[in-house]
Amino acid sequence: MISVKGLKKHYQVKQRPPGLAAALTALFSPQTKTVKAVDGIDFDIEPGARVGFLGPNGAGKTTTLKVLSGLLYQSDGSVTVDGHVPQRRDAAFLKKIMLVMGQKQQLLWDLPPSETFELNRAIYEVPRPAFDQRLAELTELLELGDLVNKPTRTLSLGERMKCELVAALVHGPRVLFMDEPTIGLDVSMQVVMRDFIRRYNEKYGATLILTSHYMDDVAALCPRVIVIDKGQLSYDGSLEALAKKVRPEKRVTFRWSSAVDPEVLSRFGRVVSSQAGEAVFQLPQASVKDAVGKVLATLPVADLTVENPPLEEVMSELFSRSRAAQKPVEAAS
Amino acid sequence: MSAVGRTLRALPTMMKIGVSEAIAYRAEMLVWVLSTTMPFINMALWSAVSAYTPVTTAQGRTYGSADFVTYFLCAFIVRQIVSSWASWEINWEVRSGALSMRLLRPMHPIVVYGSGNLAALPMRLLVTFPVVVLLFITGAFAKLPNTASLWALWLLSMFGGWLVTFFINIAIGSLSLFMDSSIKVMDVWLAGFFVFSGYSFPLAIAPSWLSTVAHYMPYRYQFGLPLEMMTGAHDLASALPLLATQWGWVTATGVLAVALWTFGVRRFQAFGG
Repeated sequence: MISVKGLKKHYQVKQRPPGLAAALTALFSPQTKTVKAVDGIDFDIEPGARVGFLGPNGAGKTTTLKVLSGLLYQSDGSVTVDGHVPQRRDAAFLKKIMLVMGQKQQLLWDLPPSETFELNRAIYEVPRPAFDQRLAELTELLELGDLVNKPTRTLSLGERMKCELVAALVHGPRVLFMDEPTIGLDVSMQVVMRDFIRRYNEKYGATLILTSHYMDDVAALCPRVIVIDKGQLSYDGSLEALAKKVRPEKRVTFRWSSAVDPEVLSRFGRVVSSQAGEAVFQLPQASVKDAVGKVLATLPVADLTVENPPLEEVMSELFSRSRAAQKPVEAAS
Repeated sequence: MSAVGRTLRALPTMMKIGVSEAIAYRAEMLVWVLSTTMPFINMALWSAVSAYTPVTTAQGRTYGSADFVTYFLCAFIVRQIVSSWASWEINWEVRSGALSMRLLRPMHPIVVYGSGNLAALPMRLLVTFPVVVLLFITGAFAKLPNTASLWALWLLSMFGGWLVTFFINIAIGSLSLFMDSSIKVMDVWLAGFFVFSGYSFPLAIAPSWLSTVAHYMPYRYQFGLPLEMMTGAHDLASALPLLATQWGWVTATGVLAVALWTFGVRRFQAFGG
């Protein structure tokens, strides 16, 4: 469905130090710098897959999505999406895709969202019966009700984002590029959005590439992740394997039924945190059983949980490792 | 051909929603209309001038107060109809990254900008209605063309004038894809417009060198020619060559606009998210 080979996107960016003298100098002798936003990445994505595209700020994620959706022209390499070259932006391609950006909106600000849906129906040439059916489905799934008939400017962020999704999906795109679709939303709305995106993917077999700084989005939606940092690929595989590879340990949390001397805890393994009534250990997978058995036998355990380390920590460690391994290159968003 | 068919099929809905948007922006529209009342100021100014000293054309015809009233009332109407603001829209959308959403749709953005501008016409025509009434009250209507063919050519010149204005807007707006902002380029363009288009004074009373220069510039064909046609300055024989020139400008500015847009979009950096 999506094939990316040796993708590079380099920008020339003007640079100058602060101050009037520098401003005048830059007027006659502008200095530019090459920013390597994406610096040679390769990957393929199968139809219907849900892939998380991860990386720190300025890693090149959004740039890659913009190249895939035809907004940006790459500096080098080749990209195809369902057999189309995105940069040609032919109508057949644009009808198959949609880029949803949490920080950009397509809804007409002073009109109700229903007007934007109607506009998209006309522009994307969606037959009326298909449009009515899909709109009814999407409206029901997202529990929009009468919201679609209120001026967009009067809707809350969460309501607007739900309507943005409907506007993005009325033409039934087969490839969805989602850039931070849950940004700024409260936790319950994030759950609604994730659930909706998964159901859309399962029902229509749409391919999904998602970027998000909320690891819960990625964990809930994406069995596969591609990690990019400073424009280069640092991991491509399953999320589970990534967690095991970067942090091959388990988090074990014990809750005590009575007070425990903190001094004794280090005997059982590495203590991540310890506070009144609770302690968290980070233990190698192989020694979890043994260590838990010892704690249970020795200390007043009321309850315990065994988890993988938080994804945020896994990613943070991965980024610091890949940065240490890479030669310094310029980064951009 | 399929792209044209797709555009034509979508156009009625785009126009309908564009009109809804224009109505939703009614307060902003009213303020904008107030900013286009310059013809009334020019009318008062030139009427006063003509009361003190004779104003004559190069051909020796005297321009009286009634002529200026007719000219500037018509100027207001023409200005309302041949206007375009696509340049400002493009500048803002390039700088904010909002252009991305437009580029993702399977419809050429130039068509979408055009339909958005044309959709504001009903509101603008509403604004011109009191001025049309004034034309009747002042008796200025008697000076307007009196044949259907001249009115038909006037309509053609209005459409041509709008197209030149629109394409210039697209061309200048597209420059924002090459430079940080092209708003100042538009300001320079407007400075020329105020001098060479017939907006500030009838070109007929301008010095001959200025009339000659204006004849070879696009300003006259985006505004001056439709206004001259409306005020009965041309008969059929003199109008046709001018219309041919105007449509030459339509073609030239259209080619320039599409070329600058096409090359400019390749440089689009889709900032802001």
